[in-house]
Amino acid sequence: MKDSEIQNIEIDLLLESVYRRWGYDFRSYARASIDRRVKQFLSGTGCASIAEMIPTVLRDGEFFSRLARYFSISVTEMFRDPSVYLAVRQKVVPLLKTWPHFKVWHAGCATGEEVYSLAIVLKEEGVYDRATIYATDFNDEALECASEGVYEIEKIREATRNYQQAGGKASFSEYYHARYDAAAIDSALKQRIVFSSHNLASDAAFGEMHLVFCRNVLIYFNRDLQNRALGLFTESLVHGGFLCLGTKEDIRFTNANGRYEVVDENARIYKKKDVP
Amino acid sequence: MSYRAIVIGGSAGGVKALAAILPALPEDFALPVLVVQHLHAGDDGSFARHLARTARIPVIEPCDKEQIERGRVYAAPANYHMLVEAEGSIALSVDNRVNWSRPSIDVLFESAARAWGEAVVAVILSGANTDGARGMNAIKRAGGLTIAQDPASAESPVMPQAAIDAGSVDEVLEPEAITQRLVEIGKER
Repeated sequence: MKDSEIQNIEIDLLLESVYRRWGYDFRSYARASIDRRVKQFLSGTGCASIAEMIPTVLRDGEFFSRLARYFSISVTEMFRDPSVYLAVRQKVVPLLKTWPHFKVWHAGCATGEEVYSLAIVLKEEGVYDRATIYATDFNDEALECASEGVYEIEKIREATRNYQQAGGKASFSEYYHARYDAAAIDSALKQRIVFSSHNLASDAAFGEMHLVFCRNVLIYFNRDLQNRALGLFTESLVHGGFLCLGTKEDIRFTNANGRYEVVDENARIYKKKDVP
Repeated sequence: MSYRAIVIGGSAGGVKALAAILPALPEDFALPVLVVQHLHAGDDGSFARHLARTARIPVIEPCDKEQIERGRVYAAPANYHMLVEAEGSIALSVDNRVNWSRPSIDVLFESAARAWGEAVVAVILSGANTDGARGMNAIKRAGGLTIAQDPASAESPVMPQAAIDAGSVDEVLEPEAITQRLVEIGKER
């Protein structure tokens, strides 16, 4: 048997151990990325093989937390893919305006950069006060970062261009307060955002959403888990509600194909059909 | 040896080399070709469209989970890493930059080594950094075939030279010879 095949078994056993001991299910994650992360994590542990990590992961909660953190690292920036935010402004907001109150579910919000980006769009379009935004992630540490809303000033400055390309109507610096090398998101943007823990792999839908925003999360899932997550979104959305995925996430490769009509192909914005 | 895929990595000067290589691949080319070229993060697919204009086989900027088919070029989208799943589909990620790059050549090559082992051909082209050196090593160790663009023919020799210096390269060739070699390999099935 080749070494890579043996490693494959070791990773299976590691993920199984994590699931049965700690209840976190990474078995349905996209394997290529998990492989990469396990190997990177391994190189910082002093263990000689993946299998050697298993006894520790079963008994040492701190070790498990470090591994789980490694599995859930997510990287984003404010207004990533500016054209998507422009499309939300032009094609989604006009319909959100027809509801007196609407709910947004930002699933897998990670450290929050894109939640605040969406909040800015809603604010500038004059509908923020009618919104409730549920920003969820299964990684509590990321969620805490998100609710604090403090980022490296350099990263925020870099996002200024994105903001402008996204159709920004003000000066981007109005939305944060710079302090030394950090930028704190203006608290007015936080008023309508509820941060809470939710795991797309194990938790249930929560209802009556008008917009589900879930970008670059499904790429980390295998097909089964993708279908589970999309099932939750479909269940949660009102008829005519919107779904926005990452620009390289194609609904045609999933079971949700057929439940949605395309609003904007490039921005991956879909609308739930009235009749299933 | 019957190969299953070709992976190519390029950075500064890589586009020029790719423009020499890809158009020469014939319509009946029997393998998939996966390309990571370092791009500006804001590229909106114009790189893939640029390649598509001159190539005789389809050039695709793939979505996540897209099935990999022979006779197609898959160009990694800007701001995503492109990996390969063992069952033969594309996996994208937005993980941190590797060697300051996303997409990173190492990420593609290492996953290709894992998915295809000895049945993969890797080509490292012109570039001014050392992304790809680890990936070439992974493919070499898995028993795959590794080719570097001759540094003397490269606009930026650093990248192919790094792979050569690491002892990970089987063949050092100029773009024309790389093309010939790939065309031969693509007939072999």
